[in-house]
Amino acid sequence: MSSTPFYTPPRWSATFDPHSVAEIHRAAQTGIYDIRGAGAKRKVPHFDDLLFLGASISRYPLEGYREKCGTDVVLGTRFAKKPIHLKIPVTIAGMSFGSLSGNAKDALGRGASQMGTSTTTGDGGMTPEERKSSKTLVYQLLPSRYGMNPNDLRKADAIEVVVGQGAKPGGGGMLLGQKITERVAKMRTLPVGIDQRSACRHPDWTGPDDLTIKIQELREITDWEKPIYVKVGATRPYFDTALAVKSGADVVVLDGMQGGTAATQDVFIEHVGLPILAAIRPAVQALQDLDMHRKVQLIVSGGIRNGADVAKALALGADAVSIGTAALIALGDNDPHWEEEYKKLGSTAGCYDDWHEGRDPAGITTQDPELAKRLDPVKAGKRLANYLAVLTMETQIIARACGKSHVHNLEPDDLVALTVEAAAMAGVPLAGTNWIPGKSGM
Amino acid sequence: MNVIDLAKTPLREVNSRLQKLPKDTNERLWKLVNVHGEHACAVGLSQPIEVQIDGHIGYYCGGMNQEATIVVNGQCGVGLAENIMSGEVRVKGNASAAAGATGQGGLIVIEGDAGTRCGISMKGVDIVVGGSVGAMSAFMAQAGSLAVCGDAGANLGDSLYEARLYVQGKVESLGADCVEKTMTPHHLAKLERLLKRAGINADPNKFKRYGSARKLYNFHVDNVDAY
Repeated sequence: MSSTPFYTPPRWSATFDPHSVAEIHRAAQTGIYDIRGAGAKRKVPHFDDLLFLGASISRYPLEGYREKCGTDVVLGTRFAKKPIHLKIPVTIAGMSFGSLSGNAKDALGRGASQMGTSTTTGDGGMTPEERKSSKTLVYQLLPSRYGMNPNDLRKADAIEVVVGQGAKPGGGGMLLGQKITERVAKMRTLPVGIDQRSACRHPDWTGPDDLTIKIQELREITDWEKPIYVKVGATRPYFDTALAVKSGADVVVLDGMQGGTAATQDVFIEHVGLPILAAIRPAVQALQDLDMHRKVQLIVSGGIRNGADVAKALALGADAVSIGTAALIALGDNDPHWEEEYKKLGSTAGCYDDWHEGRDPAGITTQDPELAKRLDPVKAGKRLANYLAVLTMETQIIARACGKSHVHNLEPDDLVALTVEAAAMAGVPLAGTNWIPGKSGM
Repeated sequence: MNVIDLAKTPLREVNSRLQKLPKDTNERLWKLVNVHGEHACAVGLSQPIEVQIDGHIGYYCGGMNQEATIVVNGQCGVGLAENIMSGEVRVKGNASAAAGATGQGGLIVIEGDAGTRCGISMKGVDIVVGGSVGAMSAFMAQAGSLAVCGDAGANLGDSLYEARLYVQGKVESLGADCVEKTMTPHHLAKLERLLKRAGINADPNKFKRYGSARKLYNFHVDNVDAY
């Protein structure tokens, strides 16, 4: 009688996991860190760790498909003569022409405009195409000031002073030479084909006292018409929000580490900054402490995927959310249709993140005219509009279930957390208890 | 000449009046008095008018100027004529940090000294400084010319792109990828024209020229020590 031989399957180290081992091999072979696009890929506490409670004996729901649940949002009510009125609380985040193709920018404008929301320029300035296709366009004032000019400033519907972004707070950026066509180079006043560094600090102001004066200058140049946003990466959300408010911002934009970038070091994306879940409540607290909640609007971004994420962000106190990566996916980024080409690039649909290389099979993160032609801006814009409509309807479904006649009436009391960490970060009770870590007993 | 007293007229009203002048206005000469260090004064002008500012002025004076000529009879705060597109901004005294930051065109003349980061990220503006400039001047400067009649502080032209730098006096140190270059007859003629246009009396033959070595234009790991 023979005994069955024991077999112990190979065991991966939890510390030296397959990705870590592959990265060490890659680093040893190339001598250079990994650069990629998109946001943090590792698992961090997120909106999935929260649940809505819905209605009960003490909470009365609204009738789905029948009773009104408002979704409009007004941004810039503090100082601007002409605040922005959006039909939905989902905006399109800043992404540059240069990192994205002209067709992609066009499509973003079309999709957003169909749904009554805003798009945002990016590093590299405003193109006539995106101004034309975007009913409401936010113009970014970035440290590089590439393409900055007062004519475009006046054409914008709002101005966003970018201090940082969630994927790389404090990091600036680099558009690699392979994406620098003649048009991109001309817009940025730099030679064709060279790496274009986007500075990490603004050239003419340092600190909140200077920022106050900078915002004053922007208002003076634009006749105090435009809402002024201040965008920060999620790092010290309480203080950054308070300082932005003190500096005179109409709107604070807070971007978590899951928020995408066109290109930066993987180590930076994965290890600097906060998940958006951890940043919203401190930012809201700062607004409340200054009696500015709902007077200075808060837009949050970084990892918004569905209507539940939107609803949770609003329930925690945001006025609107912003999407970047999800908007690109809606346009067709990482579409399985291009699987064969993703494989040739060493990736697979759903994982492709070498946006900096300019070889995007979907024609979105590229300046190659042949690849860019693959994206039909009309069809892609319609896809984005469809996606925005779904986000909005999903948000309304949840809001109605919680008995809210407007999505802004969602509140932390509607939420519980599935993990102790999420409960602490979001400031809501752990599910099944009334325990908010750090705040209440039991 | 139209005179506006800022002790009696709010800045918003002053800027608005100047900004809303028609292109073909006959009211081409303006004088601002009692400015008392106001910030964002005479910003966003886009008409070929001349604005004389008597007294010391605050941050961002002449910011994003287009076509106007602005003369400051005093000292200036941070960000003088930032992102200037065209026209001319002249300071009879000194200018603080980041003068001409990201300027895309036009001419800035600082008859006295300029602080740190003069011409930072300049994108086509010409800047002439009668005195000296502080550290990190022309940092990441992309295009245009910076002529300094006095000395330049540490790390001149750090991470320079295509801007041309001319310094008559001593340079404390050059920044990454900035090198001294031969003053060719072509560049000498350009500098001579620039000094003349600025109304600055200096001998171009006494200047040295600096520019980008263009070694850091594309990131390469072998250059990592330079950063």
